[in-house]
Amino acid sequence: MMTLLQHQKSRNALLQILYVGVLLALVVTAALTARHNLQAQGILSGWSFLWKSTGWDMTFSLLPTSSSDPYWWFLLMGVLNTLFLGIIGLAFATLVGGLVGLARVSENKAARLLGTIYLEIFRNIPLIVQVFFWYALANRLPSPRQAIEAGGALLSNRGIYLPGLNIAGWSVAAGFLALAIGSALLLWLSLARRFRRVAPALRRRRASTVALVTLGTLMVLFFLGHAPDSPLLTLPELKGLNIRGGYRIQPEIYALAFAIAIYGGAYIGEIVRGGFIAVGRGQTEAAKALGLSEWQSFTRIRLPLAVRAMLPILTNQYVWLIKATTLGIVVGFADFFMVVASAITHSGQTLELIGILMAGFLIINFSLAAVMNRINRAIALKGHQNRS
Amino acid sequence: MTAIDTGPVPLGPTQLRRLRRDYFSSPVSTLISVLCFGLLLSIGWVLFDWGVLRATFAAEARQPECQAAGGACWSVIANRWRLIFFGLYPYEEQWRSALACVAVIVTMVLSCIPVFWTGKRLTAVWALGFLTFYVLMKGGMLGLLLVREEQWGGLALTLFIFVATAIIGMPLAIAFALLRNSTLPWIAKTTGAVIDAVRSLPLISILFTFAIVLPFVLPDFVLQEKLYRVIAGSALFFAAYQAEIIRGGMQGVAKGQDEAAMSLGIPYRHRVARILLPQAFRNALPATINQFVITFMETSLVVIVGFFELLSSANAAFGTSDWTFAFVEVYVFVAFLYFIFVFGLSRYGAYLERRMATGQR
Repeated sequence: MMTLLQHQKSRNALLQILYVGVLLALVVTAALTARHNLQAQGILSGWSFLWKSTGWDMTFSLLPTSSSDPYWWFLLMGVLNTLFLGIIGLAFATLVGGLVGLARVSENKAARLLGTIYLEIFRNIPLIVQVFFWYALANRLPSPRQAIEAGGALLSNRGIYLPGLNIAGWSVAAGFLALAIGSALLLWLSLARRFRRVAPALRRRRASTVALVTLGTLMVLFFLGHAPDSPLLTLPELKGLNIRGGYRIQPEIYALAFAIAIYGGAYIGEIVRGGFIAVGRGQTEAAKALGLSEWQSFTRIRLPLAVRAMLPILTNQYVWLIKATTLGIVVGFADFFMVVASAITHSGQTLELIGILMAGFLIINFSLAAVMNRINRAIALKGHQNRS
Repeated sequence: MTAIDTGPVPLGPTQLRRLRRDYFSSPVSTLISVLCFGLLLSIGWVLFDWGVLRATFAAEARQPECQAAGGACWSVIANRWRLIFFGLYPYEEQWRSALACVAVIVTMVLSCIPVFWTGKRLTAVWALGFLTFYVLMKGGMLGLLLVREEQWGGLALTLFIFVATAIIGMPLAIAFALLRNSTLPWIAKTTGAVIDAVRSLPLISILFTFAIVLPFVLPDFVLQEKLYRVIAGSALFFAAYQAEIIRGGMQGVAKGQDEAAMSLGIPYRHRVARILLPQAFRNALPATINQFVITFMETSLVVIVGFFELLSSANAAFGTSDWTFAFVEVYVFVAFLYFIFVFGLSRYGAYLERRMATGQR
């Protein structure tokens, strides 16, 4: 035994077995204790609860839900809500971040000052405080009868009412899907390595075909979704005590999206600034020496190089922002986490639901990171660096 | 000699030329400057008008007086600051809570001074600061009245969660980083899987799991108090992120350092504690400060599992019917409190980065 222990290889093997074994033992003991404790409360472990009806309602869902729907449907809707809010938040945060980042690298000192003030204020206040603040503000807007009107939209404490097209919800959802597939195809066509050698004219023709087909599908979907005897455009207007018509955006959603966009925008602004700083001075000077205009040098030289420099860090920030949608629980937005939390309180299937929660976020975050890494690899300059 | 024409002689003082270069170099730039300054001045004026000129400061003012003045109603802070700072801590004992906060802040400031940057001194300072805080808050000894954890609240609870997270999380992070860098494949892989799993989860879900699920999972005698379970969760989350930061710092340490130490026959624990970690921490310092900043902001998430920390007590401060109108003032005040801590820390991080950049050359 002692000689075995003195042998490096066997000692290493023993150490590893011990380490993994202790970890496994911890997990197994925890699971067994939990099962024992839950059985004492009369809760049976297993996945059959997923097909039971929930008995409670979701505050918001993209597709119709009711209290008689099963748990798996609610969980799926929760994931959809998280993705929905995440995509809106990411898009706006990127927009805000791009503006702030550009202002921070601008040659104009006034713009730099404005960017810096924005950044320092919103980056240094916790996101949850900002969410609480915007939500409280949204709830203190005037009641529907005294709603504020702004360009056809109505602002009230029941939400923002936007003018929109009078079409059914499913066709909007399908339209979004078509749009997403179309833009993904366009992105693929313009970025993928395999199309790099295709003649530019052919590439342009393919791209326009994709765009036209997407637009055509959208039109057809909207036409199918449009109820025949109603006007095409719907405007919000006051009827009785409430507002009818238009699209209603609930205070929970826009307060959350607003907070995520503002807070995330500050962080993304710093990433954008870092990306532009990483572009060497020599590149800009060379562009100037070649007689490119400011605009050409920006769009053809600095922006493409900066995007390549910022993409890897941006991926981490995007993953972080997707996780930030879990703050929906403080304002009552039924995101994935809130659905899981209420499912736990109602069904008691704690372990299974926590497992689903973890698996869900793992899948969302890993696929987001995989997509971003794929883009990163497609646009990376092979054998080049951002030379100064 | 013929005079060489060197172009137009610069006119006017340099100050003026610099102003022109920075703000009015082209028509577009001029427009941007005017717009930016217009925006800044108008927002600044609105805020100044609301927060100072038309604001009410008197402690006895209520809604009618405040609304007549038309500005901010700081009376709510004057009336409710004890709730915001101390939560539900017993009124007569609140001086202890205040002293405890001061102790923690002094500890934080002390550990920012380079004199204390050795493993032993840092440990001593933090252990002492934390012990002072704990004895003052909890009492039950030295003639102090016992105050249970459920009654802690406000700023003191926020600071407690932050400090405890850092104290537990930092050694855990070092252990994680070393284990993940281990040459034994199975240890490295399992630790890596644990770290990645924790990192991909939202902090809220971890806090929720630790606060609500853990009682089912653990035998009855471990971690009875909910506060300590939540701190454990928060420390685990911190450690997973910090471990990756330390690992990044370790990758920046030249391999020759470790090899040289090995060839001198220095044992593993000294190689790690005296050679690897000091350099790794030096490399990872900016990212570490940034992680502390984020951790401080994320302490506010415990509001979701039902703790009465700074944010939660702020919600309570305008929760009574005579103050519901004054939510903006309370949130501005709390945001300002967070801002002081976070901005101070991040400025300090920027200073360190500059300081180290000059030392590196």
